[in-house]
Amino acid sequence: MILVVDMSWKKDSLAFNEFVLPITSAIQPFETCQVKHFSEITLADLYACSKVVLSGTALKDHATLKQLDKFNWVKTFGKPLLGICAGMQTISLVFGEPLTTCLQIGMAEISTLKENPLFHGNFNAYTLHNFSVEPSQTFETLAESTKCIQAIKHKQKNIYGVLFHPEVRNQDIIQRFIRLI
Amino acid sequence: MRLGVLFSGGKDSTLALHLAAEKEEVACLITVVSKNKESYMFHTPNIDVTVLQAEALGLPMVSVVTEGRKEAELVDLEKAIVEAKSNFQIDGVVTGAVESVYQASRVQRICNRFNIWCFNPLWKYDQKALLETLVKRQYQVIISGIFAYPLDEKWLGKQIDTHVIAQLAELQSQYGISPSGEGGEIETTVLDAPMFKQKIEITEHVVEAKGNSGVYTIKQARLVAK
Repeated sequence: MILVVDMSWKKDSLAFNEFVLPITSAIQPFETCQVKHFSEITLADLYACSKVVLSGTALKDHATLKQLDKFNWVKTFGKPLLGICAGMQTISLVFGEPLTTCLQIGMAEISTLKENPLFHGNFNAYTLHNFSVEPSQTFETLAESTKCIQAIKHKQKNIYGVLFHPEVRNQDIIQRFIRLI
Repeated sequence: MRLGVLFSGGKDSTLALHLAAEKEEVACLITVVSKNKESYMFHTPNIDVTVLQAEALGLPMVSVVTEGRKEAELVDLEKAIVEAKSNFQIDGVVTGAVESVYQASRVQRICNRFNIWCFNPLWKYDQKALLETLVKRQYQVIISGIFAYPLDEKWLGKQIDTHVIAQLAELQSQYGISPSGEGGEIETTVLDAPMFKQKIEITEHVVEAKGNSGVYTIKQARLVAK
């Protein structure tokens, strides 16, 4: 079972259909999933799932970036984790890596910089973000656009982040993530 | 949160309005009347009916007219959003975008420029399921424009019901037509919806069609009790 975490500013928000449902739609043909709001994640949820996907949020929604205490579990979580957009930004902050301003809205060309199990080569993806990350000690950079880093992986853990929204035009990336061992 | 809904009077923007009103306060409708029948951004058939629809909904409307030139029409949309922000103190905009990255990203950019929220509650909604939702929620929606093979004049004015959905799904499997018209294959007009306090009765209409392209234009209509 995949745990999909709703990262929106409040539970059952108007953004749910836009940022959470497309992720569950990409997962459900292949694997069962459960959705929980980030404020309600329990140890039992983390124990019961095989992997976790953190959703993106509306462009103006930075709620999770100000509530990092709700994500302490990320540091010790031993299973594969994928953060999308605000999910990737939150993961970076949890590990003490700062964000950098980078506005991108719309389709962008993504270039893979390092071989990885989720994607390869150059491809187009939908972007909707105000922040990215800088190269860091904690994460390796997997991909970039002409403007900023677009995908990262923790150097020791199975923790991935993509800034673009794979649930919009690149659902195969989510499907490769759920097949990760 | 107070929201303005980009409203064309078609099924997508009306359902988006419905979903938005279930979660937040809808303060006004925002309508762009495009003179360009082939606008990339805006629905055009029966756009004048939005005045009656707004009255049926009991919502104020901000309306602007655009010549509909690509990209320039975005400046007119921007003016409408600024007016809605100023007159109705909206915190955000709602669109009926389902698949169009072109439409969604342009509205996102305008909202970002004016520091307001942007919501797309139908984003990536399964197209057949969207039509089924309309029927389940007792919407009365007619097909008011057809723009693809093998659709013809017979489709114009048809009400979307389970039979029509099955026919559209069949055309999807045979010809790749999007059943909800996401590729611009069909346009729709909403005559009644759960949020409407009255419904629209068409008293005069004209059908103009040539081959696989045509519109059902409402010439006269009125609000009647439901």
